[in-house]
Amino acid sequence: MKVKKLENGVYQLDVKGYVCPHPQLYTMKTLQKLKSGDILEVLFDNPSSEESITALCDKEGHEIVERRSDGGTFIYRIKKA
Amino acid sequence: MADDADRRRKFWAFSVVGIMLIISLWYYSVNPIYMYIIAYAWFGFAYGILLQWGRFCFASAWRDLFAIGVTRMFVGIMVAMAVFSVIMAVLAANDLSTFHPGPLGIHELIGGLIFGLGMVLAGGCASGTLYKSGEGNGTSMLALVAISFSQAIFVDAQGWFDKLLRGYIFPQPKFTIAEKVFGGKNLSLGEYFIGDAIINTIIPTLIFLSLAYWFVARRSIVKRIIEKKAAALPANGGDVKLSLKDELYGFWQMITASKRTTLAGILIGIIAGVHVMAMQSLRDKFGIENFGQALVKMGFVDEVSKRGTVFDPGYWYITTQEAQIGAWVLEKFGWNMRDNIYFGIMNGIPNPWHNPALLMSIGIILGAAAIALLNKEFKFKAPTRELAVWGILGGVLMGIGARVALGCNIGAFYIRVAGGDPGGWLFFLGMGGGALASVKFLNWWTERQLKEEDFDIDIEIE
Repeated sequence: MKVKKLENGVYQLDVKGYVCPHPQLYTMKTLQKLKSGDILEVLFDNPSSEESITALCDKEGHEIVERRSDGGTFIYRIKKA
Repeated sequence: MADDADRRRKFWAFSVVGIMLIISLWYYSVNPIYMYIIAYAWFGFAYGILLQWGRFCFASAWRDLFAIGVTRMFVGIMVAMAVFSVIMAVLAANDLSTFHPGPLGIHELIGGLIFGLGMVLAGGCASGTLYKSGEGNGTSMLALVAISFSQAIFVDAQGWFDKLLRGYIFPQPKFTIAEKVFGGKNLSLGEYFIGDAIINTIIPTLIFLSLAYWFVARRSIVKRIIEKKAAALPANGGDVKLSLKDELYGFWQMITASKRTTLAGILIGIIAGVHVMAMQSLRDKFGIENFGQALVKMGFVDEVSKRGTVFDPGYWYITTQEAQIGAWVLEKFGWNMRDNIYFGIMNGIPNPWHNPALLMSIGIILGAAAIALLNKEFKFKAPTRELAVWGILGGVLMGIGARVALGCNIGAFYIRVAGGDPGGWLFFLGMGGGALASVKFLNWWTERQLKEEDFDIDIEIE
């Protein structure tokens, strides 16, 4: 698991290789540390986490501004509410 | 390049289906009675597709509820069970059900608790571990191996599982709610429907869903309803009041929040029902009650139990066949795996290619692999050391829990509840307790990992 700052207000969480519940758990905990309006880019390759992260964002009001997938890796950019 | 990769993925997806077809035809050409175990494999294939497509893992029902406050999968399994229970009532009334209730006792709660601890650590329940293995998940593959060997060793070691079976589990009462309320077997459709579907499944399902709505999902849904109502108020204001209609609308919002999961739940319920009916029809067609009878007739007497049976549930099941493959391997290393009740008297140790339920599990893996390949979601992921530890530990706990409860999230919960056996709910509650404990542990662990990353947003922001 790696977290890094890409630029001001934009962070990247890399949880590739992790199985449930780690990707969704790390996403939730990292988002909790961000400020409203910050962007978190999450990289994961556990397909089950896709639905859970979407449901988590829906519940908390975070906006998924971009969804991509590339060779089994999902890349979500989430704007914190 | 991308086109080449896509073509390769599609080729492998269709190859999986092609290999299944060729093997099925070969089995049939050797002996038509193998149609019975081929049916298991293809129903497994269908489960695998639906589980992977719907991201349908029973572990996440409790886990995501506790860990991130998401009700998606909790809703999914409740919907799947409600649908399946209605079909089961119809099948029972028409003498087409292969279901038998299990012994009702505290072992189901304890087994569920141990299983629940394991499934959260391993990152998937018994069925989830199979479909995630099909996605190329190395941690799930390790968990699968751990489930297989832990069960085989657990039921054989020291003979104390025999003592538990004889001394406590077997003497417990076995009944479905319809049998208890209306008395005896051979009941009418209405009686099975009221007892097994309505009382044992649908009412508790609605209670659990209401609790999930009230304590977990409601806050964010109601917030949105209030915002919408407030926006519609005149400029001079007024009070926003929530009506019963709003609450029912909110409840429906929770049910339909993940359409994919809910639809998968409905389809899984239907397939599980058709599976039960198909297996009973095939038993009638071939004049057998257990595939062991067919194996004995073909001369494979070493593969069956002392009763002449093998594990042949007649419905969706996961863990016993994994124990059997574990025992089959251990026998090759010289272990005597048949001097116990579980293998020796109840389930036998058939060769893997003669094992009906094992072919179903292989079908699940292949079905999940095919759909994951088609949807560009297949990726081999070797486990890290950390995940390998959680996978193996979780698998061992799931194996032990499944044996204590005589089943896993499918055999001891999903099938049992929908079949009218109240003991399935004991397993479910135990599973919830175990999941809660493991979630608390993983919460602590992930917090610790984040600290090690030296991830401090407040310092980094200027």
